[in-house]
Amino acid sequence: MKIGDLEKKLGYAPLWEGYEDREVLDGYTSDLLSDVMGNAPDESVLITIQAHKNTVAVATLAGINAIVLSNNRPAPDEMIEAAREEGIAVFRAGDNQFTASWRIHELLSR
Amino acid sequence: MNALRLINDDTPSFVLEMIFQLKVKDVMTRDLMTADRQTSLRSIQHMMKAKAVTGIPIEENKRLFGIISLEDIIRALEGGYIDDPAEQRMTRNLIVLEEDMPLSFAINYMDKYRYGRFPVLNIRKELVGIITSRDIINKLLMRINEEMTQLEDKLVREPDHTMDSYHKTFICHRFDFENAGRASTEIKKYLKGLDLDRKLIRRAAVASYELEINLVVHSQGGTLMFEAENDRIRLIASDQGPGIADVDEVMKEGFSTANDWIRSLGFGAGMGLPNVKRVSDVFSIKSRPGVGTTVLSEIAIKKGESDEDR
Repeated sequence: MKIGDLEKKLGYAPLWEGYEDREVLDGYTSDLLSDVMGNAPDESVLITIQAHKNTVAVATLAGINAIVLSNNRPAPDEMIEAAREEGIAVFRAGDNQFTASWRIHELLSR
Repeated sequence: MNALRLINDDTPSFVLEMIFQLKVKDVMTRDLMTADRQTSLRSIQHMMKAKAVTGIPIEENKRLFGIISLEDIIRALEGGYIDDPAEQRMTRNLIVLEEDMPLSFAINYMDKYRYGRFPVLNIRKELVGIITSRDIINKLLMRINEEMTQLEDKLVREPDHTMDSYHKTFICHRFDFENAGRASTEIKKYLKGLDLDRKLIRRAAVASYELEINLVVHSQGGTLMFEAENDRIRLIASDQGPGIADVDEVMKEGFSTANDWIRSLGFGAGMGLPNVKRVSDVFSIKSRPGVGTTVLSEIAIKKGESDEDR
Protein backbone atom coordinates (compact mmCIF):
# COMPACT_ATOMS: atom_id res chain seq x y z
CA MET A 1 0.00 0.00 0.00
CA LYS A 2 0.93 3.66 -0.37
CA ILE A 3 0.85 6.26 2.37
CA GLY A 4 -1.88 8.06 0.41
CA ASP A 5 -4.20 5.06 0.83
CA LEU A 6 -4.62 5.98 4.49
CA GLU A 7 -6.29 9.14 3.29
CA LYS A 8 -8.01 7.85 0.14
CA LYS A 9 -9.21 4.44 1.29
CA LEU A 10 -9.59 4.86 5.06
CA GLY A 11 -10.52 8.54 5.21
CA TYR A 12 -7.83 9.47 7.73
CA ALA A 13 -7.03 13.18 7.80
CA PRO A 14 -3.46 14.21 6.91
CA LEU A 15 -2.12 16.75 9.41
CA TRP A 16 0.17 18.29 6.84
CA GLU A 17 -0.14 18.30 3.07
CA GLY A 18 2.43 17.51 0.42
CA TYR A 19 4.07 14.44 1.97
CA GLU A 20 5.91 12.12 -0.40
CA ASP A 21 3.53 9.26 -1.24
CA ARG A 22 5.91 6.42 -0.43
CA GLU A 23 5.25 2.69 -0.29
CA VAL A 24 4.35 1.24 3.15
CA LEU A 25 5.45 -2.36 3.66
CA ASP A 26 4.32 -3.10 7.20
CA GLY A 27 2.64 -1.73 10.29
CA TYR A 28 3.26 -1.50 14.02
CA THR A 29 0.97 -0.60 16.89
CA SER A 30 2.43 0.68 20.15
CA ASP A 31 2.53 3.65 22.51
CA LEU A 32 5.87 2.84 24.08
CA LEU A 33 8.62 4.59 22.20
CA SER A 34 11.33 2.12 23.20
CA ASP A 35 9.16 -0.69 21.96
CA VAL A 36 8.65 1.12 18.66
CA MET A 37 12.35 1.92 18.46
CA GLY A 38 13.39 -1.65 19.07
CA ASN A 39 10.75 -3.57 17.16
CA ALA A 40 8.90 -1.56 14.50
CA PRO A 41 9.73 -2.82 10.98
CA ASP A 42 11.33 -0.58 8.37
CA GLU A 43 9.08 1.32 5.93
CA SER A 44 6.11 0.83 8.20
CA VAL A 45 3.15 2.83 9.44
CA LEU A 46 2.97 3.41 13.19
CA ILE A 47 -0.46 3.33 14.83
CA THR A 48 -0.32 5.10 18.17
CA ILE A 49 -2.03 7.51 20.55
CA GLN A 50 1.33 9.06 21.40
CA ALA A 51 0.81 12.48 19.80
CA HIS A 52 4.11 14.05 20.68
CA LYS A 53 7.21 15.44 18.99
CA ASN A 54 9.27 12.55 20.36
CA THR A 55 7.15 10.13 18.36
CA VAL A 56 8.40 11.85 15.21
CA ALA A 57 12.01 11.53 16.40
CA VAL A 58 11.51 7.80 16.98
CA ALA A 59 9.79 7.37 13.62
CA THR A 60 12.68 9.09 11.88
CA LEU A 61 15.24 6.91 13.63
CA ALA A 62 13.32 3.69 13.19
CA GLY A 63 12.62 4.23 9.47
CA ILE A 64 8.87 4.60 9.89
CA ASN A 65 7.16 6.32 6.94
CA ALA A 66 3.86 7.41 8.44
CA ILE A 67 2.18 7.88 11.81
CA VAL A 68 -1.54 7.34 12.44
CA LEU A 69 -2.88 8.97 15.59
CA SER A 70 -5.88 6.95 16.68
CA ASN A 71 -9.01 8.00 18.56
CA ASN A 72 -8.81 11.49 17.01
CA ARG A 73 -5.96 12.44 19.28
CA PRO A 74 -5.07 16.06 18.62
CA ALA A 75 -1.43 16.64 17.60
CA PRO A 76 0.49 19.61 18.98
CA ASP A 77 1.76 22.06 16.35
CA GLU A 78 5.37 21.30 17.20
CA MET A 79 4.78 17.64 16.40
CA ILE A 80 3.34 18.50 12.99
CA GLU A 81 6.19 20.91 12.35
CA ALA A 82 8.79 18.27 13.26
CA ALA A 83 7.05 15.71 11.03
CA ARG A 84 7.03 18.12 8.10
CA GLU A 85 10.75 18.77 8.59
CA GLU A 86 11.53 15.06 8.67
CA GLY A 87 9.15 14.21 5.84
CA ILE A 88 7.01 11.86 7.89
CA ALA A 89 3.29 11.82 7.05
CA VAL A 90 0.94 12.11 10.04
CA PHE A 91 -2.77 11.25 10.01
CA ARG A 92 -5.59 11.61 12.49
CA ALA A 93 -7.96 8.65 12.62
CA GLY A 94 -11.36 8.40 14.29
CA ASP A 95 -10.76 4.66 14.71
CA ASN A 96 -9.27 3.26 17.88
CA GLN A 97 -5.94 1.44 17.73
CA PHE A 98 -7.50 -2.00 17.29
CA THR A 99 -9.75 -0.95 14.44
CA ALA A 100 -7.10 1.19 12.75
CA SER A 101 -4.59 -1.68 12.93
CA TRP A 102 -7.13 -4.12 11.53
CA ARG A 103 -8.12 -1.82 8.66
CA ILE A 104 -4.51 -1.01 7.77
CA HIS A 105 -3.65 -4.71 7.88
CA GLU A 106 -6.41 -5.29 5.34
CA LEU A 107 -4.84 -2.75 2.96
CA LEU A 108 -1.36 -4.18 3.49
CA SER A 109 -2.42 -7.74 2.66
CA ARG A 110 -4.27 -6.85 -0.53
CA MET B 1 38.14 39.22 51.89
CA ASN B 2 36.25 36.09 52.89
CA ALA B 3 33.92 36.36 49.96
CA LEU B 4 36.79 36.46 47.51
CA ARG B 5 38.53 33.49 49.05
CA LEU B 6 35.37 31.48 48.93
CA ILE B 7 34.92 32.17 45.27
CA ASN B 8 38.54 31.40 44.65
CA ASP B 9 38.36 28.01 46.30
CA ASP B 10 35.21 26.59 44.89
CA THR B 11 34.44 27.84 41.44
CA PRO B 12 36.07 27.54 38.04
CA SER B 13 38.69 30.14 37.38
CA PHE B 14 36.52 32.01 34.89
CA VAL B 15 34.22 33.16 37.69
CA LEU B 16 37.16 34.72 39.42
CA GLU B 17 38.33 36.23 36.17
CA MET B 18 34.88 37.65 35.65
CA ILE B 19 34.95 39.39 38.98
CA PHE B 20 38.18 41.09 38.05
CA GLN B 21 37.23 41.85 34.47
CA LEU B 22 33.78 43.25 35.15
CA LYS B 23 33.67 46.81 36.36
CA VAL B 24 31.27 48.27 38.86
CA LYS B 25 29.65 50.25 36.03
CA ASP B 26 28.87 47.00 34.13
CA VAL B 27 26.82 45.71 37.03
CA MET B 28 25.29 48.73 38.81
CA THR B 29 21.74 49.96 38.42
CA ARG B 30 21.76 53.23 36.47
CA ASP B 31 18.06 53.87 36.64
CA LEU B 32 18.17 55.64 39.97
CA MET B 33 15.46 56.76 42.29
CA THR B 34 16.76 59.72 44.31
CA ALA B 35 15.41 62.43 46.59
CA ASP B 36 16.71 65.89 47.50
CA ARG B 37 17.68 67.06 50.97
CA GLN B 38 14.32 68.64 51.73
CA THR B 39 12.24 65.53 50.91
CA SER B 40 10.47 64.20 53.98
CA LEU B 41 11.22 60.71 55.27
CA ARG B 42 7.54 59.93 54.77
CA SER B 43 7.76 60.67 51.03
CA ILE B 44 10.91 58.58 50.85
CA GLN B 45 9.11 55.73 52.55
CA HIS B 46 6.41 55.94 49.86
CA MET B 47 9.05 55.96 47.12
CA MET B 48 10.62 52.83 48.59
CA LYS B 49 7.30 51.11 48.73
CA ALA B 50 6.31 52.07 45.17
CA LYS B 51 9.62 50.98 43.62
CA ALA B 52 10.41 48.11 46.02
CA VAL B 53 13.85 49.47 46.90
CA THR B 54 15.52 49.55 50.29
CA GLY B 55 17.76 52.60 49.92
CA ILE B 56 17.34 56.07 48.40
CA PRO B 57 20.39 58.29 47.73
CA ILE B 58 19.94 61.94 48.66
CA GLU B 59 21.21 63.88 45.70
CA GLU B 60 21.03 67.32 44.12
CA ASN B 61 22.46 68.05 40.66
CA LYS B 62 24.29 64.73 40.67
CA ARG B 63 26.05 65.58 43.94
CA LEU B 64 25.58 62.92 46.57
CA PHE B 65 24.84 64.12 50.11
CA GLY B 66 23.79 60.98 51.89
CA ILE B 67 21.53 57.97 51.83
CA ILE B 68 18.29 56.99 53.53
CA SER B 69 17.90 53.27 54.08
CA LEU B 70 14.92 51.21 55.12
CA GLU B 71 16.47 50.97 58.61
CA ASP B 72 16.48 54.79 58.82
CA ILE B 73 12.78 54.79 57.97
CA ILE B 74 12.00 52.16 60.61
CA ARG B 75 13.91 54.17 63.19
CA ALA B 76 12.02 57.32 62.13
CA LEU B 77 8.69 55.56 62.58
CA GLU B 78 9.70 54.30 66.01
CA GLY B 79 11.13 57.67 67.02
CA GLY B 80 8.16 59.63 65.66
CA TYR B 81 10.13 61.86 63.29
CA ILE B 82 8.92 60.47 59.99
CA ASP B 83 8.02 63.99 58.73
CA ASP B 84 11.57 65.31 59.13
CA PRO B 85 13.45 66.25 55.96
CA ALA B 86 16.00 63.71 54.73
CA GLU B 87 18.86 66.11 55.39
CA GLN B 88 18.44 65.83 59.16
CA ARG B 89 18.41 62.05 59.37
CA MET B 90 20.38 60.69 56.45
CA THR B 91 23.60 58.72 56.76
CA ARG B 92 26.33 61.13 55.76
CA ASN B 93 29.48 59.10 56.20
CA LEU B 94 29.07 57.18 53.04
CA ILE B 95 31.23 54.47 51.60
CA VAL B 96 31.10 54.91 47.85
CA LEU B 97 32.50 53.03 44.90
CA GLU B 98 33.91 54.44 41.69
CA GLU B 99 32.41 53.22 38.46
CA ASP B 100 35.72 52.06 36.99
CA MET B 101 36.63 49.87 39.96
CA PRO B 102 36.68 46.13 39.31
CA LEU B 103 33.67 44.25 40.62
CA SER B 104 35.95 42.51 43.12
CA PHE B 105 36.10 45.82 45.04
CA ALA B 106 32.35 45.91 45.41
CA ILE B 107 32.25 42.32 46.71
CA ASN B 108 35.08 43.13 49.04
CA TYR B 109 33.32 46.25 50.34
CA MET B 110 30.07 44.44 50.99
CA ASP B 111 31.93 41.96 53.09
CA LYS B 112 33.99 44.56 54.89
CA TYR B 113 31.35 47.19 55.65
CA ARG B 114 28.23 45.02 55.87
CA TYR B 115 26.16 47.43 53.79
CA GLY B 116 23.65 46.04 51.34
CA ARG B 117 24.23 48.79 48.77
CA PHE B 118 26.84 51.27 47.68
CA PRO B 119 26.35 54.48 45.70
CA VAL B 120 28.62 54.67 42.66
CA LEU B 121 30.36 57.89 41.56
CA ASN B 122 32.13 58.70 38.32
CA ILE B 123 35.52 60.37 38.03
CA ARG B 124 33.91 63.82 38.48
CA LYS B 125 32.37 62.63 41.78
CA GLU B 126 28.88 62.66 40.27
CA LEU B 127 26.34 60.04 41.35
CA VAL B 128 25.86 57.65 38.42
CA GLY B 129 24.41 54.49 39.97
CA ILE B 130 23.90 52.19 42.88
CA ILE B 131 25.11 48.63 43.32
CA THR B 132 23.53 45.92 45.50
CA SER B 133 24.48 42.32 46.17
CA ARG B 134 21.45 41.38 44.12
CA ASP B 135 22.83 43.24 41.08
CA ILE B 136 26.10 41.36 41.47
CA ILE B 137 24.51 37.95 41.78
CA ASN B 138 22.25 38.59 38.81
CA LYS B 139 25.10 39.75 36.61
CA LEU B 140 27.38 36.87 37.59
CA LEU B 141 24.65 34.33 36.95
CA MET B 142 23.99 35.87 33.56
CA ARG B 143 27.67 35.79 32.69
CA ILE B 144 28.10 32.20 33.87
CA ASN B 145 25.11 31.27 31.77
CA GLU B 146 26.63 32.98 28.72
CA GLU B 147 29.94 31.23 29.35
CA MET B 148 28.22 27.87 29.67
CA THR B 149 26.26 28.38 26.47
CA GLN B 150 29.45 29.29 24.62
CA LEU B 151 31.22 26.30 26.11
CA GLU B 152 28.42 23.98 25.04
CA ASP B 153 28.26 25.41 21.53
CA LYS B 154 31.99 24.94 21.24
CA LEU B 155 31.77 21.31 22.30
CA VAL B 156 28.90 20.55 19.99
CA ARG B 157 30.24 22.43 16.99
CA GLU B 158 33.74 21.12 17.09
CA PRO B 159 33.64 17.74 15.41
CA ASP B 160 37.04 16.22 15.09
CA HIS B 161 36.86 14.94 11.57
CA THR B 162 39.73 13.02 10.07
CA MET B 163 39.92 10.50 7.25
CA ASP B 164 39.16 7.36 9.20
CA SER B 165 37.58 8.55 12.40
CA TYR B 166 34.88 10.97 13.46
CA HIS B 167 33.77 11.91 16.88
CA LYS B 168 31.33 14.29 18.42
CA THR B 169 30.03 14.93 21.89
CA PHE B 170 26.42 15.89 22.53
CA ILE B 171 25.18 17.43 25.75
CA CYS B 172 21.89 16.13 27.13
CA HIS B 173 20.01 18.02 29.80
CA ARG B 174 17.68 16.54 32.39
CA PHE B 175 14.03 16.61 31.25
CA ASP B 176 14.89 18.41 28.01
CA PHE B 177 12.27 16.53 25.99
CA GLU B 178 12.24 19.41 23.51
CA ASN B 179 15.63 18.36 22.17
CA ALA B 180 15.54 14.66 23.00
CA GLY B 181 16.38 12.67 19.90
CA ARG B 182 18.36 15.43 18.26
CA ALA B 183 21.76 13.82 18.88
CA SER B 184 20.54 10.47 17.56
CA THR B 185 19.05 12.11 14.47
CA GLU B 186 22.36 13.78 13.75
CA ILE B 187 24.27 10.55 14.31
CA LYS B 188 21.94 8.69 12.00
CA LYS B 189 22.32 11.31 9.26
CA TYR B 190 26.10 11.07 9.54
CA LEU B 191 26.02 7.27 9.28
CA LYS B 192 23.69 7.42 6.29
CA GLY B 193 26.33 9.51 4.55
CA LEU B 194 28.84 6.69 5.07
CA ASP B 195 26.72 4.37 2.96
CA LEU B 196 26.54 1.65 5.60
CA ASP B 197 24.12 -1.24 5.76
CA ARG B 198 20.63 -0.08 6.72
CA LYS B 199 20.32 -2.56 9.55
CA LEU B 200 23.59 -1.43 11.00
CA ILE B 201 22.43 2.18 10.94
CA ARG B 202 19.20 1.13 12.60
CA ARG B 203 21.13 -0.62 15.38
CA ALA B 204 23.25 2.47 15.95
CA ALA B 205 20.09 4.61 15.97
CA VAL B 206 18.44 2.37 18.57
CA ALA B 207 21.52 2.49 20.81
CA SER B 208 22.05 6.24 20.53
CA TYR B 209 18.37 7.06 21.00
CA GLU B 210 17.96 4.92 24.10
CA LEU B 211 21.16 6.27 25.63
CA GLU B 212 20.12 9.83 24.84
CA ILE B 213 16.65 9.36 26.30
CA ASN B 214 18.12 7.75 29.42
CA LEU B 215 20.25 10.86 29.96
CA VAL B 216 17.20 13.09 29.57
CA VAL B 217 14.79 10.99 31.64
CA HIS B 218 16.95 9.54 34.39
CA SER B 219 20.20 11.48 34.80
CA GLN B 220 21.00 14.89 36.21
CA GLY B 221 22.36 15.59 32.74
CA GLY B 222 25.34 14.27 30.87
CA THR B 223 27.03 13.72 27.55
CA LEU B 224 26.64 11.30 24.68
CA MET B 225 29.89 10.74 22.86
CA PHE B 226 29.77 9.30 19.37
CA GLU B 227 32.75 7.91 17.50
CA ALA B 228 32.87 6.31 14.10
CA GLU B 229 36.00 4.48 13.04
CA ASN B 230 36.71 2.23 10.08
CA ASP B 231 35.61 -0.90 11.81
CA ARG B 232 33.30 0.23 14.59
CA ILE B 233 30.80 2.72 15.93
CA ARG B 234 31.25 3.62 19.57
CA LEU B 235 28.77 5.36 21.85
CA ILE B 236 29.57 6.40 25.39
CA ALA B 237 26.90 7.95 27.59
CA SER B 238 28.14 9.39 30.85
CA ASP B 239 26.24 11.36 33.43
CA GLN B 240 26.80 13.06 36.75
CA GLY B 241 24.27 11.08 38.72
CA PRO B 242 22.20 9.91 40.42
CA GLY B 243 23.76 6.52 39.64
CA ILE B 244 22.15 3.08 39.67
CA ALA B 245 22.10 0.95 42.80
CA ASP B 246 21.41 -2.39 41.15
CA VAL B 247 22.75 -2.59 37.60
CA ASP B 248 21.43 -6.13 37.02
CA GLU B 249 17.92 -4.95 37.76
CA VAL B 250 17.89 -2.15 35.15
CA MET B 251 19.06 -4.67 32.53
CA LYS B 252 15.84 -6.65 32.96
CA GLU B 253 13.17 -5.89 30.39
CA GLY B 254 10.20 -4.13 31.92
CA PHE B 255 12.05 -2.68 34.89
CA SER B 256 11.69 1.08 35.00
CA THR B 257 11.87 3.83 37.59
CA ALA B 258 10.13 6.38 35.34
CA ASN B 259 7.24 8.25 36.93
CA ASP B 260 3.75 8.62 35.50
CA TRP B 261 4.21 11.81 33.54
CA ILE B 262 7.33 10.44 31.87
CA ARG B 263 5.40 7.28 31.00
CA SER B 264 2.60 9.42 29.58
CA LEU B 265 5.13 10.70 27.03
CA GLY B 266 5.73 7.13 25.94
CA PHE B 267 8.96 6.60 27.81
CA GLY B 268 9.75 4.35 30.73
CA ALA B 269 8.84 1.05 29.06
CA GLY B 270 11.78 -0.57 30.81
CA MET B 271 13.30 -1.51 27.47
CA GLY B 272 15.96 1.14 27.07
CA LEU B 273 19.12 -0.54 28.28
CA PRO B 274 18.06 -4.03 27.16
CA ASN B 275 17.50 -2.54 23.68
CA VAL B 276 20.98 -1.01 23.70
CA LYS B 277 22.55 -4.29 24.79
CA ARG B 278 20.69 -6.25 22.13
CA VAL B 279 21.96 -4.11 19.25
CA SER B 280 25.53 -3.82 20.56
CA ASP B 281 28.50 -6.07 19.84
CA VAL B 282 30.23 -4.77 22.94
CA PHE B 283 28.20 -3.46 25.87
CA SER B 284 29.19 -2.41 29.35
CA ILE B 285 27.65 -0.37 32.12
CA LYS B 286 29.33 1.04 35.18
CA SER B 287 27.51 2.96 37.84
CA ARG B 288 28.04 4.30 41.32
CA PRO B 289 25.14 5.71 43.31
CA GLY B 290 25.73 9.38 44.00
CA VAL B 291 28.45 9.60 41.38
CA GLY B 292 27.09 8.68 37.98
CA THR B 293 26.71 6.13 35.24
CA THR B 294 28.73 5.35 32.13
CA VAL B 295 27.39 3.12 29.39
CA LEU B 296 29.49 1.91 26.48
CA SER B 297 28.04 0.48 23.30
CA GLU B 298 30.10 -0.64 20.33
CA ILE B 299 28.78 -1.84 17.01
CA ALA B 300 31.19 -3.51 14.63
CA ILE B 301 31.16 -2.37 11.01
CA LYS B 302 31.58 -5.33 8.71
CA LYS B 303 32.07 -3.95 5.23
CA GLY B 304 31.09 -6.01 2.20
CA GLU B 305 28.95 -8.57 3.99
CA SER B 306 25.35 -8.04 4.86
CA ASP B 307 24.69 -7.43 8.51
CA GLU B 308 22.79 -10.19 10.26
CA ASP B 309 19.28 -9.43 11.42
CA ARG B 310 18.90 -8.39 15.03
